[in-house]
Amino acid sequence: MSHLLKVRNLVTRLRTEAADVTAVDNVGLSVKPGESVALVGESGCGKSMTALSLMRLLPPIAEIDPKSSIRLNDTELVDLAPDRMKSVRGSRMAMIFQDPMTFLNPVMRIGDQIVEAIAVHGKNSYADCAPQALEALKRVKIPAPEVVFSYYPHQLSGGMRQRVLIAIAISCNPALLIADEPTTALDVTIQAQVMDLLSELRHELNSALLLITHDLGLVAEYAERVYVMYAGQIVEEAPVDELFQDPKHPYTRALLRSSLSVEHRVEAFETIEGNPPNLSALPGGCRFRPRCREAVESCGHRFPDLLELSGQRKARCFLLEERP
Amino acid sequence: MAATHLLIYALRRILQAIPLIFVIIIINFFLIHSAPGDPLDVLTGNMETTEEYIEQLRSEFGLDRPLIEQLGLYLFKAVQFDLGYSLRYRQDVIDLILSRLPPTLLLMGTALVLSSGLGILLGVAAARRPYSFGDNAMTFVALASYSMPVFWLGQILLLVFALHLAWFPVQGMYSLRAPNQGFGRLMDLLHHLVLPAATYSVYHLTLIFRLTRVKMQETMTLDYITTARAKGVSERRVAWRHALPNTMMPVVTVIGLNFGFMLAGSVLTETVFAWPGTGRLLYEAIMARDYPVLLGLFTVLSIMVIAANVITDVIYALLDPRVVYK
Amino acid sequence: MTQVANAETAGTRGPGAWTIFRRNRLSTLGFAILVLLLVLSVVGPWLSTYSPTDTTAGNPLESPNLAHLMGTDELGRDLLSRVLVGIRVSLIVGVIAAAVATLLGITVGSVAGFFTGRVDDVLMRVTEIFQVIPRFFLAVVLVAFFGANLINIILAISLLSWPELARIVRAEFLSLRSRQFVDAARVAGASTLFLIFVEILPNALMPVVVNATLQVGQAMLLEAGLSYLGLGDPSQISLGLMLHQAQQIMRTAWWSTLFPGLFLALAVLAINLVGDGLNDVFSPRSRER
Repeated sequence: MSHLLKVRNLVTRLRTEAADVTAVDNVGLSVKPGESVALVGESGCGKSMTALSLMRLLPPIAEIDPKSSIRLNDTELVDLAPDRMKSVRGSRMAMIFQDPMTFLNPVMRIGDQIVEAIAVHGKNSYADCAPQALEALKRVKIPAPEVVFSYYPHQLSGGMRQRVLIAIAISCNPALLIADEPTTALDVTIQAQVMDLLSELRHELNSALLLITHDLGLVAEYAERVYVMYAGQIVEEAPVDELFQDPKHPYTRALLRSSLSVEHRVEAFETIEGNPPNLSALPGGCRFRPRCREAVESCGHRFPDLLELSGQRKARCFLLEERP
Repeated sequence: MAATHLLIYALRRILQAIPLIFVIIIINFFLIHSAPGDPLDVLTGNMETTEEYIEQLRSEFGLDRPLIEQLGLYLFKAVQFDLGYSLRYRQDVIDLILSRLPPTLLLMGTALVLSSGLGILLGVAAARRPYSFGDNAMTFVALASYSMPVFWLGQILLLVFALHLAWFPVQGMYSLRAPNQGFGRLMDLLHHLVLPAATYSVYHLTLIFRLTRVKMQETMTLDYITTARAKGVSERRVAWRHALPNTMMPVVTVIGLNFGFMLAGSVLTETVFAWPGTGRLLYEAIMARDYPVLLGLFTVLSIMVIAANVITDVIYALLDPRVVYK
Repeated sequence: MTQVANAETAGTRGPGAWTIFRRNRLSTLGFAILVLLLVLSVVGPWLSTYSPTDTTAGNPLESPNLAHLMGTDELGRDLLSRVLVGIRVSLIVGVIAAAVATLLGITVGSVAGFFTGRVDDVLMRVTEIFQVIPRFFLAVVLVAFFGANLINIILAISLLSWPELARIVRAEFLSLRSRQFVDAARVAGASTLFLIFVEILPNALMPVVVNATLQVGQAMLLEAGLSYLGLGDPSQISLGLMLHQAQQIMRTAWWSTLFPGLFLALAVLAINLVGDGLNDVFSPRSRER
């Protein structure tokens, strides 16, 4: 029952020229040890910002509200001293990034990049960490790992580079893996391979996985619980099967309608009309109302809270208030 | 292996540079023939000379032959390192230039090392604390120094430190009364080196400082820096081990490309401090309208710049493994 | 990142150009200094009590005093009036040389960037050659051979400065020519010249403006350098020439080197600051701060 990660009231603001923008607005989520949780939403909904907030890797113009709480086991991360946060990153909590080309140092050998991940968390010298780094390369099933060890990133294909990023992330056996759109930059055929690898490794190491994605297919396949995010807020939370079978929030329903599936044919390609809202000029009331097919008059007047529903589910919609 | 790749790359660059050198020599040729007046005046440097010598020049350079043949003759002489003869100095131009090259190389080398090293260090330091007071102050000083004519700076330094405070000698490379060899001579040389090297370094230092600072800031926003931080790497290590090597590449390129500017600065600095190098030689040749020396210097210095470009490219390839592995 | 932090404008929305420029206090200061110097250089020589060439203005080598705020030179000429004229010469040479270089650079760069292929190759070879030859030495040699007058100096300087501008324009053209608005115009039947000058060029000009401004400062320093070496136009009073003369007399007359150089440095600094400010105006990243 005790959570590995518990996030409450996470608020992250961006200080732009025009005004301050709240990119992450009161987000709460939790991950149990060994659990696989997905955070789903369109581009720009704030899910990457959330992930970066957890790791406290935000750019200088972004700031976490001090009243937020991010607890990793018993450690509160929001106000943690920088050098202690440094030792948390990579060892207890690691991140796998989206674009393996730009997220690897182009002038540093693969082996060195993995060794560094290990060496900064212990007292061992770099030479001592080499075997462990090689081991990590083997675990991600890279062919000829000894040779690849001395390669530079540009000598590898996209899929291989992503495996390297995974190797870096698992090198210190972190309890929590955060994967930010890990397959978006990859070919579809490689995507499945990489996700399978990630899934396998996760089980081997007993790490929890927080999967950030906009791909509902991945969610269906690899997640146990799902959070749906829209315009900086969580709008629905549910176990994966129930989310797909009985989505409660209009946005979730719209997302599912507009995704293609092998199972049944669609006549027309459905989309969600409109665009995600401009966060510095939000509509009054529910943020999804302008695009919601089921909206009623009152949806524009009040702001919906996240309602607790039966079966560990939550959703942020007035239409659910009538139902028991 | 990486080393052979590098060697092939270096050879390729050298081969590419050779046509450029020929272009320089051809420009020389056209300057001789398109300048107002008689090419003979150019070749003799306007000095009075004997009929025999004039005849000799006429036949050597084929001045009565068609232009194409003359060009061929000129190129042929150039390939043999024959850059003409200066009546004024009574020496082959090539010998004259080579004898004056060491002091210039000493001055330039010192200034280059000092200004690049210091520029990079200060640039990294400033980039780590952007828009702080120290950073703003350094940036302003850099901009101000960059705007100063180098010879004026030299004159001011000369006025203050040599003439007024008498901390340093006023001109030249050695004092007449200094010991002729050994440690004493070395100290004397260094004593004379300080002011010219300082003057000369300023422009380059400000350039490297500003460039390093900007490039470091740009690099620090790149994605792989986030990865490094996500691994738990300290900020210090992120700056020096991740950002700096990537920043060095454009900086090295600029240092190399700037070699031409540095060479130009050497002319002006050597003139202010009467430093006996090729720069001062250029000044003397201008004053005296000694065209053979002038052209010879133009050729030699241009070749040096081309060589510097090739060396820069090779060093860049050393730093960036992506270049060599085509 | 949320889309809100994405401000990709081309100076058309958001704060106006002058507002952004003004935000950089140093640049505004530079602009003020520049305006002041311009005014001085135009009006000053009329207002000054002495003629810059009048050798009876004062005694030779007078140190700065109330009658001669910057002292006199070895021939008794008032230095202040000479400096004011000198600034005018420097600014004129700088601006014209930079303008000519810019025109040349824009022409070559747009042709190369628009037509690409063989035309581009050839033009880039030519540009490379000019970039490799050390600027200063070619200027020295050209002026020494063809005569030291203002026109030659301006031409020599422009001849050496255009490659950098050409490269910038070419790069902009290469990236802009494949953009959709060009295709739209082409489909609508626009001629090649129209496409180059009316559609693409205005958009390509932004980085050029910054560089061209900085070139003015570079040109001024180059001209001063040439004059210092004795290759300046002897009929003009150039600040570089004054420093050349000062080399001999500065031991006894420190003012003969301090003032001309100081004003030249100030002018170049002002131009560089303005260039920096323009860089802020035209760079999209500055809007995120």
